[in-house]
Amino acid sequence: MEDGKRTWHIATILGIASVPLIIMYLFLVIDTVTDTTAGSPIPDRFTFEHWRFLWQRIDGRQSIWLVTMNTFIFAASTTVLVLAISSTAAYALSRLNMPFRRFFLAGILVLHGFPTITLIIAIFLILNMIGLYNTLIGVILVKAALELPLGIWIMKGFYDSVPWEIEMAGIQDGASRFMVWRVLVLPQVAPGILALGVFSFLAGWSEYILPQVLAPNANVQVLSVYLAGLIADDLNPDFNLFKSVGLFYMVPVVIFYLFFQKHLMNIYGGGTKG
Amino acid sequence: MQITLDKFTKRFGDVTVVEDMDLTVGKGEMVALLGESGCGKSTTLFAVCGIYRVDGGRILFGDRDVTRLSSQERNVGVVFQSFALYPHMTVAQNIGFPLRVQKKPQAEIDAKVREIAALVRIENLLDRRPGQLSGGQQQRVALARALIRRPAILLLDEPLANLDAKLRLDMRAEIRRLQQETGTTAILVTHDQVEAMSMCDRVAIMDRGKIVQFAPPRAMYDKPANTFVAGFLGSPPISFLDGRAENGRFVAEASGVDLPLPSHLASLESGRPIGIGIRSEFLDPSSTATVSGKISFIEAQGREDLYYLQLPDGKVVRGIQDAAHSAQLGDAVSWGVNTEAMLVFDADGNTL
Repeated sequence: MEDGKRTWHIATILGIASVPLIIMYLFLVIDTVTDTTAGSPIPDRFTFEHWRFLWQRIDGRQSIWLVTMNTFIFAASTTVLVLAISSTAAYALSRLNMPFRRFFLAGILVLHGFPTITLIIAIFLILNMIGLYNTLIGVILVKAALELPLGIWIMKGFYDSVPWEIEMAGIQDGASRFMVWRVLVLPQVAPGILALGVFSFLAGWSEYILPQVLAPNANVQVLSVYLAGLIADDLNPDFNLFKSVGLFYMVPVVIFYLFFQKHLMNIYGGGTKG
Repeated sequence: MQITLDKFTKRFGDVTVVEDMDLTVGKGEMVALLGESGCGKSTTLFAVCGIYRVDGGRILFGDRDVTRLSSQERNVGVVFQSFALYPHMTVAQNIGFPLRVQKKPQAEIDAKVREIAALVRIENLLDRRPGQLSGGQQQRVALARALIRRPAILLLDEPLANLDAKLRLDMRAEIRRLQQETGTTAILVTHDQVEAMSMCDRVAIMDRGKIVQFAPPRAMYDKPANTFVAGFLGSPPISFLDGRAENGRFVAEASGVDLPLPSHLASLESGRPIGIGIRSEFLDPSSTATVSGKISFIEAQGREDLYYLQLPDGKVVRGIQDAAHSAQLGDAVSWGVNTEAMLVFDADGNTL
């Protein structure tokens, strides 16, 4: 590279600016397997004690594996719902000459910009009324509904970039409208589906406020709520345990990003280049 | 199969794109819809294949009224301007898709695909994807896909517009060959008069949603119905002059032009305002009737040269001369005109 020298300076400056972050992450990892004498910044004992939540229940808390399973079910179900509805609704908005199309499009944008937290009381009341309060299903439905505006909007962008002629050709070839969508159009927007899927899964995995408010019960607890419970417990403060659970919670996200970051970029590109 | 449009009308909102159009395409015939963009030619095509709903009149295939039938029920093969190949499928899957829709057994699909691929000469490309093909190859795949069901009717929407010039020449002959070999009735939509004239049995020239003239290419070129048709056909384009009839002659004082009218129009009443059209090949050194002016531009075209002859009032007559012709830019010349071939129009632009 010709301008390697110039970027080298910038890299140094950025590197120095990032040091506090790097140290924080480093200690996050180190603290989970060590103990530190009070008052000293340097850890002096090696221990797996802080990972004990993996093989035994922390007093008064749910088994981590049940909580992880809940989190997975929550994130995966949300993803499936978001994908199924976004991919069909966006097609309708992009292609079908349906009544109130403009109204729906504008509505989606407004909903997307709407702060979730302002709706939480209304949602709580509704879930309570229909008996889905404190259930995974209830919180899954709510999370999926709140993710949909973004999902539909993104998928519409992908559908818009598929040429009309491909669909006309399919119809001329005798295929039904549904078959055209499923066999000819859907493969063109596969990058979008994949990206939106990863995005929704990660959004579900990291969601905290909805499960905390709408499904606080121990049996339906998700990792974020479990984690928040640990640090909120003033009687038994255990920061290293908190960090270990946090790391445990983070690992799938990191793995996901490593595998899918290229596809995630597609969302912001919005094109069909796969 | 014969295609009949009976008072076909198509509107988009308040805009009437095609109005009361009548057109009959005979069995096995290839007809061009020729016109500038926005004249309604593609609209007509998409109505025939069922993509657009018809707002008035009827469309018949043979004796069958298909006006209200969906595209899927019409058995029409269409080749789109952009070819519209399915990018995620191989060439073989693309061509076989219409049969896959009909749930034909895979062995039969494979056999038919190979057969049609041989017809359009792309047997060696069946495993490729459209992205790996050249424009001409994509065109052949699109043709094969349109033809594999043995459709009664083949519709071509500007099929050559996306190809480069050399390839266009080849594909013109190729499409015509396929249409004749399969005996398919075909409609070609194009804005290129050369394409329309070279490929089709008959040409329908359209202007603002109406057919201006419908005739075989040669007849249309020799006897255009009006100045619009005369101006559309022919390259280089025809030159028009306005003047009046005077004792069996055409006179345009400002242009300094005084030419005898063709013999069948010699009795035109004097003083009547008329116009003439001179095609570039009408310039004939052996004729004694001449136009005089200055050579304002010379276009070398290889076998011959195209000269722009500027008349005193600035009007231009374009003429083809052999490359051996020695006139130079700026020369004042008098060139003979074959006045018998000259086209004569009335004040409204209709041919007399």
